[in-house]
Amino acid sequence: MDLLDILFIVFKALAVVVVVMSLCAYTVLAERKIAGYIQGRIGPNRTSLPFIQAIPVIGPAITRLGLIQPAADGLKFLFKEDVIPGHVHKFYYCLAPVLALVPALTVAAVVPFGYVMVDGVREPMVLADLDLGLLFIFAIASLGVYGTILAGWAANSKYPFLGGIRASAQMISYELAMGLSVIPVLIWVNAPGAFGGFNLFHIVSAQDHVWLILWQPLSAFIFLIALFAETNRLPFDMPESESELVGGFHTEYSSFKFGLFFVAEYAHMIIGSAVFVLLFLGGWNPLPGVPLNIDGWLGSFLSINIFLAKVIFMLFVFIWVRWTVPRLRYDQVMRIGWKMLLPLAIANLIFNAILIAVIDSF
Amino acid sequence: MAKEVSYGDVLQRSNQYSQELETEKMSLSMGPSHPSTHGVLRLQLELDGEVVTKCDPVVGYLHRGDEKIAENMTYNQFVPYTDRLDYLAPLASNVAYAIAVERLADLEVPPRCQAIRVLISEMARVSAHLLGLGAFAMDTGAFTVFLYTFTEREKLYTLFEELTGARFTTSYTRIGGVARDLPEGWLKKVEKFCDEFLPVLDDVEKLLTRNRIWMDRTSEVGVISKEDALAYGLTGPNLRASGVPLDLRKDKPYCGYENYDFDVPVGTMGDCHDRYLLRMEEMRQSVRIIRQACANMPDGLWYADEAKKIFAPPKDKIMNRMEELIQNFMVVTQGPQMPSGEVYFEAENPKGALGFFVVSKGGGVPYRLKIRGPSFCNLSVLPKMAVGNLVSDLVTILGSLDFVMGECDR
Repeated sequence: MDLLDILFIVFKALAVVVVVMSLCAYTVLAERKIAGYIQGRIGPNRTSLPFIQAIPVIGPAITRLGLIQPAADGLKFLFKEDVIPGHVHKFYYCLAPVLALVPALTVAAVVPFGYVMVDGVREPMVLADLDLGLLFIFAIASLGVYGTILAGWAANSKYPFLGGIRASAQMISYELAMGLSVIPVLIWVNAPGAFGGFNLFHIVSAQDHVWLILWQPLSAFIFLIALFAETNRLPFDMPESESELVGGFHTEYSSFKFGLFFVAEYAHMIIGSAVFVLLFLGGWNPLPGVPLNIDGWLGSFLSINIFLAKVIFMLFVFIWVRWTVPRLRYDQVMRIGWKMLLPLAIANLIFNAILIAVIDSF
Repeated sequence: MAKEVSYGDVLQRSNQYSQELETEKMSLSMGPSHPSTHGVLRLQLELDGEVVTKCDPVVGYLHRGDEKIAENMTYNQFVPYTDRLDYLAPLASNVAYAIAVERLADLEVPPRCQAIRVLISEMARVSAHLLGLGAFAMDTGAFTVFLYTFTEREKLYTLFEELTGARFTTSYTRIGGVARDLPEGWLKKVEKFCDEFLPVLDDVEKLLTRNRIWMDRTSEVGVISKEDALAYGLTGPNLRASGVPLDLRKDKPYCGYENYDFDVPVGTMGDCHDRYLLRMEEMRQSVRIIRQACANMPDGLWYADEAKKIFAPPKDKIMNRMEELIQNFMVVTQGPQMPSGEVYFEAENPKGALGFFVVSKGGGVPYRLKIRGPSFCNLSVLPKMAVGNLVSDLVTILGSLDFVMGECDR
């Protein structure tokens, strides 16, 4: 591997991080805009730049759509005073936001977002094509909880402490249901006795004809609910609980550290949506039963765009749900996790295992 | 030492290791600036994990000494202070105060004035309940409901502004009448508001009433039994939700409420969901009353013309006629002249029975004015209700009690 190859890999990695981060920024904008439309408001429509405003028609349109708003939001995080309260454990306090964001971005490395043709064979367009892809994602994404717990603990204050406790309990509970819900997917995707794998590209290829959401609706359902809980989105935003814990684990954070938590939440959402699309919504296949059969550059281009469109749709679902339903109570969240989702996931797994065994025996 | 109550093996084991594992209760100060303590209520909580074991409401952060202030000004000058009692329904407080003082003077206001007062009281009720519901929903995380109700409230405030000149602190009533007549075409706008408002209420109902999460959060949470509700002196929607059909508009009609056709909704359980449903229904009933008042608005004067020593005459007469000029001068400088005596009057306000006890030794200034704030009494039940609930439930309960600190602290 010479220098050029290494540079190319670094460039690719940077490109993925930049795409995920800007997607985060614009998801925040989408959140505000969609919330506005749901609530009969307009949403951000003031932020502008002089030279953009000067462009006729397009300039004001950009302002009205609030397309500059994410830049203003981001800069605000950078320029505000970074207060470190006197009563915190300084080291952990500073470490927590980093721990929250790093796993989310690390996971992005193994998420395939399209395909390329290499010597006439389809290869996933991905930073690191791991055979353990899915397992890696679960392993790393669950590290995100440490950021939250550490933030709650290090802030050395009561409201964040309660938030941190809630976060740890909730995220650990729902990970079980989430993990169990994808096993049926894997046992269907991998032919019995064959050399199977957790490779996400492989899972998408298996959905050329039937999307798994149609074949395994229960798994998809459990996975989606667990995803909501894992990303701390309403109705499961226990750790944050704006009206009870006043922001929960990030109450004591300000400026860029808060910004990191904020971005981490959205990064988790984007990665979660991407994984859901890959597992259940057929990845880059345009319609159920209609595989994308175009090769070459056009095929790659289409695959990326179809995949992104689906991810954006999933993000819309996240936002839509958030602004529609109230928040669950902490003990109710636990009850749903342990008493409903987990048994359901186990039953689903056993049912599918038996089904496959029965089909095999004929 | 752990508690005697058995939660099963876990507690037994923790008893065995109580020497090594000591649990500690946490004290948490919720408020005075906390998003769900609606204003400046402070709750001194004692928590066992997330379970509230003790709850001490600390009130008084908004104390302004309104009762003492009243002794130093004329009756009419105190009207703006009543705006600041229940600042979510200032019109209703204005009306209650005016009626109390008029009872002292044994003054009967003309039918048009009464109808206007009923109309504005009910509009104030709708506005207060809209905010109460919106804030309640927002506390449980349903932010959209809050903005739906606020949009409607905004329309009401536009109407208030046209009527009184102010959106928030209306100061609309005077002793012996109201400040000015209804603007032309205003009743049509009120009727139009009613037509637009009910569909939004249905939308809110679709978002919440049968919503599984909302039901889980509110039903069987914060139950106030009938006995408790009576013992703690609860009034208004909180009392009726516990199954006591007490509504002063029906039981002791004032201001001509007996002429209007409306129902008093009553709850069965006394939980947060009941209080929510009850407020929804009350708004619908208020709209009924508003429609009747608009349809049957009597003509005539909007102030008691014969009460020369109480109500200052309209401006155009003051400018042109000697007698009215003198009358205006006397009422403004000396205050409305009241006979000596004392009177207690309670009105059914959005939050409950708002009472004014006025003691007069004659002249234009009250000797003593005692205010009974319904929010203060409604909050008194909180220490009993809160114990054993989770912190999240406490937020729901606070939202469902729908108190306002301006009136509680006075």
